[in-house]
Amino acid sequence: MQETADLDDSAALLEQVNQALANATPLRIQGANSKAFLGRVTAGEILDTRSHRGIVRYDPTELVITVRCGTPLSELAKVLDAAQQMLPCEPPAFGDGATVGGMIACGLSGPRRPWSGSVRDFVLGTRVITGLGKHLRFGGEVMKNVAGYDLSRLMAGSYGTLGLITEVSLKVLPKPRQSLSISLPMSVEHALLRLAEWGQQPLPISAACHDGESLHLRLEGGEGSVAAAHDRLGGELLDPSYWADLNEQRLAFFDEDQPLWRLSVPNNTPRLSLPGRQLIDWGGAQRWLKSDAQAPFIRKVVAEAGGHVTCYSHGLTDTPFQPLPDALLRYHQQLKQQLDPQGIFNPGRLYAEL
Amino acid sequence: MNILYDERVDGALPEVDKTALLQALRTQLPDLEILHQQEELKPYECDGLSAYRTTPMLVVLPRDIAQVQGVLRLCHARRVPVVARGAGTGLSGGALPLEKGVLLVMARFNQILQIDPAARTARVQPGVRNLAISQAAAPFGLYYAPDPSSQIACSIGGNVAENAGGVHCLKYGLTVHNLLKVDILTVDGEHLTLGSEALDSPGLDLLALFTGSEGMLGVITEITVKLLPKPQSAKVLLAAFDSVEKAGRAVGDIIAAGIIPGGLEMMDNLAIRAAEDFIHAGYPVEAEAILLCELDGVEADVRDDCDRVRQVLEQAGATEVRQARDEAERVRFWAGRKNAFPAVGRLSADYYCMDGTIPRRELPGVLKAIAELSAEYGLRVANVFHAGDGNMHPLILFDANTPGELDRAEALGGKILELCVKVGGSITGEHGVGREKINQMCAQFNSDELTLFHAVKAAFDPGGLLNPGKNIPTLHRCAEFGAMHVHAGQLPFPDLERF
Repeated sequence: MQETADLDDSAALLEQVNQALANATPLRIQGANSKAFLGRVTAGEILDTRSHRGIVRYDPTELVITVRCGTPLSELAKVLDAAQQMLPCEPPAFGDGATVGGMIACGLSGPRRPWSGSVRDFVLGTRVITGLGKHLRFGGEVMKNVAGYDLSRLMAGSYGTLGLITEVSLKVLPKPRQSLSISLPMSVEHALLRLAEWGQQPLPISAACHDGESLHLRLEGGEGSVAAAHDRLGGELLDPSYWADLNEQRLAFFDEDQPLWRLSVPNNTPRLSLPGRQLIDWGGAQRWLKSDAQAPFIRKVVAEAGGHVTCYSHGLTDTPFQPLPDALLRYHQQLKQQLDPQGIFNPGRLYAEL
Repeated sequence: MNILYDERVDGALPEVDKTALLQALRTQLPDLEILHQQEELKPYECDGLSAYRTTPMLVVLPRDIAQVQGVLRLCHARRVPVVARGAGTGLSGGALPLEKGVLLVMARFNQILQIDPAARTARVQPGVRNLAISQAAAPFGLYYAPDPSSQIACSIGGNVAENAGGVHCLKYGLTVHNLLKVDILTVDGEHLTLGSEALDSPGLDLLALFTGSEGMLGVITEITVKLLPKPQSAKVLLAAFDSVEKAGRAVGDIIAAGIIPGGLEMMDNLAIRAAEDFIHAGYPVEAEAILLCELDGVEADVRDDCDRVRQVLEQAGATEVRQARDEAERVRFWAGRKNAFPAVGRLSADYYCMDGTIPRRELPGVLKAIAELSAEYGLRVANVFHAGDGNMHPLILFDANTPGELDRAEALGGKILELCVKVGGSITGEHGVGREKINQMCAQFNSDELTLFHAVKAAFDPGGLLNPGKNIPTLHRCAEFGAMHVHAGQLPFPDLERF
């Protein structure tokens, strides 16, 4: 078991990239393929990252863990758990075997995101195989590092379009001493008002979701603050497994047949009037929509609120990510051209033009 | 000295006819304030790194974004280098002007455009001072978390350009963690919005890439930052140790106990004595090291954490642990630390402030090596350390009027930074590379990595007109002046002790 759990296969990955460069073959980077439903449908020779795996370094008192891209998220969680630490951004796995590389490339964060920060916020350093066929290191294993451009954080959420992430160093934190989840029945409108009000107060909220009936809150911190907040807010106790079910989209809401859309909006956006059903997460900043409405209409409504839309139903639209303004798209293309001049890394996954 | 722009190794700059440029600016932007006479240009010849000075060809002081756009378009068309500058408090020479370039001063954009308490955001112009944001947010019980020590004077545009830090980074993050949206103008004056008022945006995370890019990729015109509710309570513990090793281990022990302090600072004996002499904070001057540990948050948690930390510190061998009895004493404890730089400045005609980061476990070895280097170079070094996040600020004491001392201080500083890289750290934690650490970049990154950085630059500024010579050294410069590249784990200096 130990041999398969810890393997440096970077030489083979570099070789595959160099072959692809030599033959001008586009690559389709994949780990467990758990997030293949996100982004555009692309072709390309599969580059499987799972042979390059294992924890490279972990010293809990440094609050930094360095992990190879093919390491399963579950393994990362187990190692952190044993030291009473966590990756606070709670990346969803969306399936068995989901890998660390996929987590970084997709950059998705869970319910704690508005309070803790996103996957990108916990990236300290990366090793990347570039479009020039080199295995390079950016950032590092220290909390503060402003030498050179921040290519490490740029990799988060790039869907593998800028290079092959082989290794990542992440900031981790101690788990909160106390965690308690509650439900408060109230309308969406009322919940959004309360969240805006509570957001200005030092309350230990670490997750806030409204399912149409009730506001669900998670309180985390020391024993004293959690107890005081519970006393003040009241509410019925909620099984904490709710948050994992929300994060992994296992709630009944996600079962319905209609297409699923993710709406990312300013946190104090009022209830959005859109056909279909909505579930509010991230204290108002992330809204899930089950709707048959057309993409341009949803995008227009959400853009007017200052947000953007991602389609989570695979293949439904050719632009699952919100199209970029022309000037911004041009700079995306120029950056892609510079970092991946032959266009071999996940071409078209993010946008057709990239 | 090889720090000022040197066309031989940093690349040839376009020849610019100053008179013609001045004429064109006056014609096309009649309302733009332009400084062009020697005595007017003088005050702009350096930023916070005042040992290095270059008189800019012209200084422009725009008052509206259209003027900034006009300047950029005109300079782009005429191939004139542009260096942007905020309040000029940067410590790495990031806003050091060029003789053949225009200095674009953004300080007049000093308006707070909006504080939105419900969204917990502030929308501000780039010339707004860091502290002014927290002051404007205070009536709503909110504040802007990153607090570089220059926060009373430094501008938020510069904070974004440098990805500024402060003493609360471990818990509250750097500038990059506290931004929502940045508006920029590209080298040819095109407007881009990076990020949004939502927590993420479609496409690549260019907001992360631009943060800390030192004015190399675009000029910042507007910023939306996140605001946080002010912690209900903050308490400070002061612990004295008879060795820096013990103090270093105590830091790890606090983290291991599952506590993330709001601030965790260490000072060595020279810094303690200097600060005590200056501020009379009540520091124990016999101690080899002190730790200042601030715990903030909800009242009940802070009280519990104080008890826990006190226990940890005592077990770690602290000779004394004191808790600030009241707010006045808390402020006094911090005043000593916050004034450590000027305090050390009283011991010496000049001092040179370094900014390396290291994994915390390497601290004892690095401090020992710094002491050895200090003896070798015959210059005293005081150490002030953001212990929570591994960011060291060794202060090298020297006298610029003594021939050779500045050169020696620079050489010693370079050695300290290379030491940081060697133990797996970085040459800069929060001050930026600028011009100051341009040669040490060659130690932290190999030529392939530097080549990729140049590729990023080329995507946004192919002509290399924005802040040329800063942040990323040319390969030519590294060949000529750079220290040998060292990667963690692949030490090219087998004769040196490993820490």
